[in-house]
Parts: sequence; C-alpha cells; structure tokens
Amino acid sequence: MAELTPKERMQIPRQEMPAQNPLERRYNFNEVALGFDVETARREAERCLQCKNPTCMDGCPVGVLIPQFIRRLREGDMAGAVMAMKERNSLPAICGRVCPQEVQCEAACVLAKRGAPVAIGRLERFVGDYELAHRTCPLVRAAPTGMRVAVVGSGPAGLTCAVELGRRGHQVTIFESLHSVGGVLIYGIPEFRLPKWIVHAEIEYAMECFGIEIRTDHVVGRTITLDELLADYDAVFLGTGAGLPILLNVPGVNLNGVMSANEFLTRVNLMKAYLFPEYDTPIKVGHRVAVIGAGNVAMDAARCTLRLQHMRAEKEGGEPGQVYIVYRRSRQEVPARAEEFHHAEEEGVIFEFLTNPVEILGDEQKRVRGLRCVRMELGEPDASGRRRPIPIPGSEFVMDVDMVIIAVGTTPNPVVFLNTYGLERTKEGTVVADMNTLRTTKPRVWAGGDVVTGAATVVSAMGAGKVAAADMHRFLCGEFSESEWWPAQVKAHTAGA
Amino acid sequence: MYTILKKKKLSDVTNEMVLEAPHVARKARSGQFVIVRIDERSERIPLTIADYDRAAGTITILFQEVGKSTMQLGTLEEGDHILTCAGPLGNPTRVDKYGTVVCVGGGVGVAPIFPIARDLKEAGNTIISIIGARTRQLLIWEDRMRTVSDELIVCTDDGSYGRKALVTEPLKEVLEQRHVDRVWAVGPAVMMKFVALTTKPHNIPTVVSLNPIMVDGTGMCGCCRVLISGQVRFVCVEGPQFDAHEVDWENLLMRMQYYKDEERLAVEYWKEHRCRLEQAEQEAEEEKHRHG
Ligand SMILES: Cc1cc2nc3c(=O)[nH]c(=O)nc-3n(C[C@H](O)[C@H](O)[C@H](O)COP(=O)(O)OP(=O)(O)OC[C@H]3O[C@@H](n4cnc5c(N)ncnc54)[C@H](O)[C@@H]3O)c2cc1C
Ligand code: FES
Repeated sequence: MAELTPKERMQIPRQEMPAQNPLERRYNFNEVALGFDVETARREAERCLQCKNPTCMDGCPVGVLIPQFIRRLREGDMAGAVMAMKERNSLPAICGRVCPQEVQCEAACVLAKRGAPVAIGRLERFVGDYELAHRTCPLVRAAPTGMRVAVVGSGPAGLTCAVELGRRGHQVTIFESLHSVGGVLIYGIPEFRLPKWIVHAEIEYAMECFGIEIRTDHVVGRTITLDELLADYDAVFLGTGAGLPILLNVPGVNLNGVMSANEFLTRVNLMKAYLFPEYDTPIKVGHRVAVIGAGNVAMDAARCTLRLQHMRAEKEGGEPGQVYIVYRRSRQEVPARAEEFHHAEEEGVIFEFLTNPVEILGDEQKRVRGLRCVRMELGEPDASGRRRPIPIPGSEFVMDVDMVIIAVGTTPNPVVFLNTYGLERTKEGTVVADMNTLRTTKPRVWAGGDVVTGAATVVSAMGAGKVAAADMHRFLCGEFSESEWWPAQVKAHTAGA
Repeated sequence: MYTILKKKKLSDVTNEMVLEAPHVARKARSGQFVIVRIDERSERIPLTIADYDRAAGTITILFQEVGKSTMQLGTLEEGDHILTCAGPLGNPTRVDKYGTVVCVGGGVGVAPIFPIARDLKEAGNTIISIIGARTRQLLIWEDRMRTVSDELIVCTDDGSYGRKALVTEPLKEVLEQRHVDRVWAVGPAVMMKFVALTTKPHNIPTVVSLNPIMVDGTGMCGCCRVLISGQVRFVCVEGPQFDAHEVDWENLLMRMQYYKDEERLAVEYWKEHRCRLEQAEQEAEEEKHRHG
C-alpha cells in the first residue's frame, strides 16, 4: 500500500469490532467480540499517525511498544509485530480482550482528542491471536542460573513474574491453591469475554519454554507456609490477588439466594456450572436477579445470569426473567470497562442507578423475596474524587427479586499470611510494599498485583509482576544482599503512601 | 493426580480410602479437611482427613455415598486416580489438657472424631466416646475408637447393635452423672444441633465441626458462610470447628438444603449416563465376541 498522508489516515474511520448479535449471544457463552480480520486490522493500523513523541505508551502500565507493533502490522510484517509486542507484554491475546483501553493507551492517543483514538486494544488482540495460531516468536531462555524462586498465586501478577524470571534463567515454581492456573482470568472473567482455551494455551506455552513448574492444590499458609518456602527458595513472590469477597453489611445476607459474585462466577466459570448436569457443579439462577455494584465483576455476574436465564427459558420454556444492576452512583461513575457496560446494556441488563440496598427480605423458607433499597443523590466529591452518594430520606422501596449477587469489592484473602511473621499489611489487608521495587517488609519476599493494590486490573498486575521480577533478578544476581533489605525503607516508600 | 492406594468398603454405602497425597500428609492435623475433585467435570467436595501417615505420604478419607460425587468416588478402585486433593484446609483441633472430654461421632462423623479423640487422649484427657449410626451396618470404626477411648458407648437408632438410642441420650446421662470438661461432636448437622441443645443446660463448652456446602474451600467464595453469634463466618477458613452454642443451626440447615433439587437431578443424570455407558460397553464386548 502506498504511504498515506496524515490527513488521509485521519479520514479512515475507527473500525468497528465485529460482535455476536446481542439477541443471539444471550443464549450462549461463546465469545462476544469476534476479532478483526486481516483487512480490518490493517485498515485500523493505517490510522496510526506514528507520532514522533508517542503519548500512547505512557498510558500503558507495561509500556507496550505501541507505534512499533502497529507499524509492523500495517507493513504486513506479522512476525515483527509479534516481536515488538512480546518485548513488553507476554500475554497480548489476554490484555487485548480485558484491558480498560479507554482509560489507558487509547485515552493517551493523540487521535482521542480529534474524534476516535486508534483501536489499540483490538490491534493488540489481533497480534496476540496471530501469535497463538502461528507461534512465530520463540521464547528464548537464558542459561540456567541455579537460583530457585517460588511464586505464590498464578494470576496475571504471578504468571508475569514467573515468565520474566524464567526467561532470565532462574528456576521458578508456581504454587496455586486452585486446581487450575490463571487466577481471575480463569475463575472470574467469563468464557464469553475471555475464552479459557486462550488462557490455558498462553500459560502452557510460556511454562514449557521457561521450564516453570506448577504446583496446583497448594494453599500457601496451609499446605506450606511462606516461611517454609523461604527455607527452600532463594526468593519468593506473592501474587495472591484480592480474592476475599466483601459481603453487604445488611440484614438478610445469609438467606438462600444471596451469594457473592465470586461464588457465582467461580461456579459458572471455573466449575462450568452453565453445563450442569454434564458438569457436576450446580448453579441456581433466579427469575429476577439483583446484582449489587457496577464494576467489571458486577457486569460479568449480570451477563452470566442473563445467559443462564435465557438458556433455561430455551430448555424449559417460560420467560427468561430480569437482571438488574443496582448501583449507588450514576451512569457517569460506572467503573466497569466501557465495552462491558455497553454490551450489558445491549443484552438487556436493567440498570438501577443511584440506588442502594438496605435490607434483603426473605420468605418463610428463608429464600430471597425482595430487596429493600433507598434512592441516592450525589453530593460533594469524596476521597476518590467521585461525588459521594447520599440517601434521599423517605425514598425507600422494595425491588421484587428472588436472588441477590453481591459484587461490591474484594480484599486480599488472608490465608497466605497464616503462620508467617514480619510481613506487614495495611489495615485494608493489603501487603505493604516499596513502590519502586515491590519489596515487602520481609526480606526475600516481594509482592505485587491486587494483593498490594487491592482489586485493580489485569495489566497493572502484570506490570507489578515485571517490576518485582526486575528487582528479584538483581537480588538473585547478587547486586544486593538480604542484609541490605531495609524494612523501614520499604514502609516509607509504600505504594499507597 | 492422586492415586488411591487402598479402598475398603465399610458398608454398602461407606467407603474408606487411602490417598497418596504427600503435600497434605506432611501438614495434616486432626480437625482439618481436604477438597477433592474426581475428574474434569467433577465438583470440588470437602472431606475430612480421617487419618494420615506422614512417613508414607498418605491420608485416609471416609465417605458415605449420598450424592452424585460420592457415588462416583465410590466406584473408583485401588490404583485409580483423582484430579484434585487440596489441603490440609481449615484450622486444626485446639488440643489441650481439659480433663474429661466426651467425643460424640454420628454416622461417618465417627471418622473425623477419631483423630480428634486420639489427639485429646495423647494430651492426657480422659476420653468418653459415644458413637452411633442409623443401623449396625452403617456403624464404622468401633475398633479404632476403642483404642483411643477410656470408655466407649455404642448406639444405633434401630437397636440392631449396641444400645437403641440416639447419641444424645447416653450423652445426657453422662453429663448428669459425671464431671465433664468439654464435648466434641461431629456428625450430621441435625445431630450436632441436638448435641448443642443437650450440653447447653449443663454449660459445657462444646465444639462441633460444621459441614456446609463449599466450592473452593479456601475462603474466596463465601458459599460456606454460617452465622456464629450473629456474625458471618467462613467455615472453610475460620472453621470448621466452632463453639456449638454460638452456631445458628437453622441458618446452616436451611443453607445446606439450597441445592437439593440439583443434587437429585445430578444423581439421576449420572445413573442414567452410567447405565448407558455400561450398556454400550457390553454391546461392544458382545460385538467383539461375535467377530472374534
Ligand atoms: C469477575 C472479574 C472481572 C474482571 N474483569 C477485568 C477486566 O475486564 N479487565 C481488567 O483489567 N481487570 C479485570 N478484573 C481485575 C483483574 O482480574 C485483577 O486485577 C487481576 O487478575 C489481579 O491479578 P493478580 O495476579 O494480582 O491476582 P489474581 O488474578 O486474583 O490471582 C491470584 C491467584 O492466587 C491464588 N491464591 C490466593 N491465595 C493463595 C494461597 N494462599 N496459596 C496459593 N495460591 C493462592 C488464587 O487462587 C489466584 O489464582 C476483573 C476481576 C474480576 C473478579
Ligand atoms: S468454600 Fe468458598 S469460601 Fe469457603
């Protein structure tokens, strides 16, 4: 293709993502966004202005070489595009699907101010999928160093850390409490957003290339303690995420039909309850379901519910039912990824904004029969900078629902900290770690991802895995020793501070 | 993959299995449990660690075939494998020298009470054990319980063996006649509830091991939550043993019923599926003979 002028490039419209029809996809768990074909990807890549001083990369927590990979993509050099991508991001097929690009790279794209930014996320996914199918970029492992590292937790933080250290020749073992690796990517994010075969394929490939050993069914804190790991390994990384569900503090939380989004999603995604009884784990889905919260977790829970309702109606007849998202702030504050919010609306999820639950009502058999709520209005901005929702007196009403899914947040699961000493945590339960190195207050232990930041994003967890791996590598190469580990200094530079 | 090294049928529906699981055996203590999963399609189910052998790297589990998963597990034989065995989970028994302790085990609950009684005995307590089952055939581990008890009372609901009584009857008598410092009880939730009601008037600290529905068993779903003194607690992480007098039994019993319909459906589906599988295998076999 002849070189286009910037003006011509800016005239190309942002390419739409082909997607499964909203009415159809309510009946299946197949992927919603179908991905670009080669022509569409090239056309979208042509929109990039190849800025001399690109700003997009600043918006990426792992600093993907965005202009480089896009240029190679449009030049038809796919192997080169993959190479440029993998330089900074080992899991592009995953990030392309789940990153909140609209507040990261795409927000920083110069075209964002003049209409529509380059669809960086969709191009990233295209490159990632190409690599999954063609494996053009062999992962090369450095000569073995003889150093042994234990990584606890196999979510994006742990996996990235393991890959980065494996690449540098260290012997890595991952300890995971569940029977499957991937963390939230496996148990939380549904199949229709992130097909599980992709997660498995990405992980298996990297583990094999870098000789990383995986020990599932190992609940650190119980099966083996952190202190025991330190006796066996030269360094330890904690990437145990924020897996402990916060439940609503309202009467009725222990009624039948109330569950955490974690339980609901684990049943559906990890245990494949949507295939019950072919798979053993059951899930009960109400006819009128309220999901509390409006983050990614709430959207996923609502959209899984909607699918299960439609699949039931298809099988057994009757009406599918309704799914409500109950959120105490307004549409503008919805924290979920824009695409998920949009997809949820398209599929028919009903949004009750400025509404807060105050009590879950039960029938004689202690099953959910309603949700008492109060309407809210927005007041002055709070610590998070968002306007604080305040209840409107006398506005209480009862929603007629028979199931309530709670998706109001999670904190780190404390099991990993059992029987271990000297690892400081904040009062929110997150691990205290130095911002620049991710060292904790316990020598030879690093931590990153949701366990340090609280629930955040896949790509920030990956970024943390990388930062920690770089510092761990320096330690393993003898650039500094355990005696140069100053817990006090770690505290002074705490991520949250 | 974890190999089944030994399997013993204790009754038509009760199975004892020794599993090769060194990572669990090295840390296991009485009162703890494992989560097992048979194959790719299986659910994760909690089973108490009834015994362990650190040197051999094995644990013993015991289960009654009550649902699809336990029925399927019951079809496995020595040499077969299961996919998941995570643990040891939950908090171990708080063993101390209390004085006289009554250990109550009902049904397959006798299995988990055994290592608890053994530990308490080793710690210097006098152990009075009361074990029971619906009927003689379902009574397990009487011999083992005898080795760790100073006194053993056996009863069956139907009187087919030992005393014809529910475990709470001899318990009540013991409490009235003797000085007792603590009671431990493991068994069906209803039994534990009645043990709690029996010991309450005597004000004797009573520990029970709860068995709610679980998914992960590691504290990330909250499916196992119960109300303890009105507070939501996760059994898999904060339990499974709790003060029996603080448990909201109605809430626990009601939550355990939640998936009853699905459990029935799963059993039906499985039986039908198995039937068809066996039929197909038989036909294939016959086919082979005809041609062979
Ligand atoms: C439903 C849902 C949807 C989401 N959607 C998005 C999205 O679209 N985009 C996005 O960017 N982010 C999303 N997020 C957030 C994102 O998934 C997380 O921020 C990210 O996965 C955190 O990675 P992590 O590695 O820190 O932890 P996790 O992914 O939570 O992994 C932690 C792992 O550690 C294991 N573990 C925990 N304790 C122990 C222990 N004691 N011993 C051994 N192993 C242990 C856990 O089993 C788990 O596998 C979503 C989260 C959820 C729940
Ligand atoms: S079983 Fe999931 S938290 Fe206890």
